[in-house]
Amino acid sequence: MLRVFPFFLQAAWVTIQLSVLSCAMGLVCGALGAAARLSRSPALRFTGATYVSVIRGTPALIQVFILYFGGPQIGIQLEAFEAGVLALGFNIGAYMTETMRGAIISVDRGQNEAARTLGLSRFETFRSVILPQALRLMIRPLGVNINALIKGTALVAAISVVELTYTAQRYIGSTYKPFEMFLLAGSIYMVIIYVTGLGVSWLDRRVALK
Amino acid sequence: MSDRPIIDIRHAAKSYGPLEVLKDISLQVQKGRIVAIIGPSGSGKSTLLRAINDLDPLSSGEVWLDDIQVNKALPPRQYETHINSVRQNIGMVFQHFNLFPHLTVRDNITLAPKMLKGISKAEADQLAVEQLNKVGLLDRIDYYPSQLSGGQKQRVAIARALAMKPKVMLFDEATSALDPELVEEVNLVMKQLAEEHMTMIIVTHEMGFAQDVCDRVLFMDQGVVVEEGPPEVIFRNPSNERTKNFLRKHLKGQH
Repeated sequence: MLRVFPFFLQAAWVTIQLSVLSCAMGLVCGALGAAARLSRSPALRFTGATYVSVIRGTPALIQVFILYFGGPQIGIQLEAFEAGVLALGFNIGAYMTETMRGAIISVDRGQNEAARTLGLSRFETFRSVILPQALRLMIRPLGVNINALIKGTALVAAISVVELTYTAQRYIGSTYKPFEMFLLAGSIYMVIIYVTGLGVSWLDRRVALK
Repeated sequence: MSDRPIIDIRHAAKSYGPLEVLKDISLQVQKGRIVAIIGPSGSGKSTLLRAINDLDPLSSGEVWLDDIQVNKALPPRQYETHINSVRQNIGMVFQHFNLFPHLTVRDNITLAPKMLKGISKAEADQLAVEQLNKVGLLDRIDYYPSQLSGGQKQRVAIARALAMKPKVMLFDEATSALDPELVEEVNLVMKQLAEEHMTMIIVTHEMGFAQDVCDRVLFMDQGVVVEEGPPEVIFRNPSNERTKNFLRKHLKGQH
């Protein structure tokens, strides 16, 4: 147990890197997706809706496989880690699209009316009135997305990224202790998720209304 | 007081599918005048008010502010620029206040002037102080809306609208969402505006207030102006049967 622990810590670091990078990518995809879904342009709305329904309608594991194993066939040659980040980020971005869109449309309609009657443009209204209120509505649900994302990084074990789940599987071979190995990996996931949760709560309190 | 109307609504009509909400309404309001619009709910009075700043666009008809047509037919981008500049001249106060909950009272008032009129921070602060003084809430300048009572919120909302120095103020049931004991403080602010000869169009259920403050009262029902005239005529001696019925029901509750 003690002998394998350092390798699990290394693997945890890979899991954290996977999570942070794909979270960043997810937030970007989510913001673009929400902007597209709320756009006045029907073409953009259609693109956004298609993104969300395709990604949410297919298993994340299949998406990872398509990018990593299918990519080379269409000229996309990626390292396993890169493919993992891209696939996970693109995947969680679809869920974040819906989270962000939901937060934006749940800001009271009267807020928009009040700002517009003062003479603010659509953009000015969005930036100074709608978005600041939507941001605080989206922090907790985005936290739920991030929670799912962290656990979802386990999927890239299937393309041999040496993260926590892969490492657990690997040491079962030499230790013959699947129970302990998976329990250890699971515990480390839980610590990461617990700390992330604290961060989300802190952020939520910080932007809460006075 | 000039005879040229500052607000001129010509043949306003609006329908949602087969439902006609406004049927060929014309209304002129001279500078400095105060008009009350009363009527049962669903009569179209709020829709008419919200057509004045094109918040609820008309299906047909024209709205003019001074010599500018508010609801001019323009390509979307040009219309956006046009309406944003027109709206700076039309203050609006809502039933549910619609203060910005993430901003302090000061920032609620100065947000639009700072963005749209390019005034400095010091000037904006001065403006907030001025407007809050007017509504008697200077001591609440650094509060957030959630820390205010309903009446105070509405007074801040009025100050916010006034900070844009509008030519006209529209009130959409400004006291309907307030507890009865908070109505008076908002009415007082509106009366004070009336004394300063602000042009106002007021949609209200407060017959007493309409009677006290307004120069003219419109009674609307089912999308038409059934009767209009000076308050003493409308309230004391209405000629139309529908007006009589409506007032009978309403005044009974109030006196």
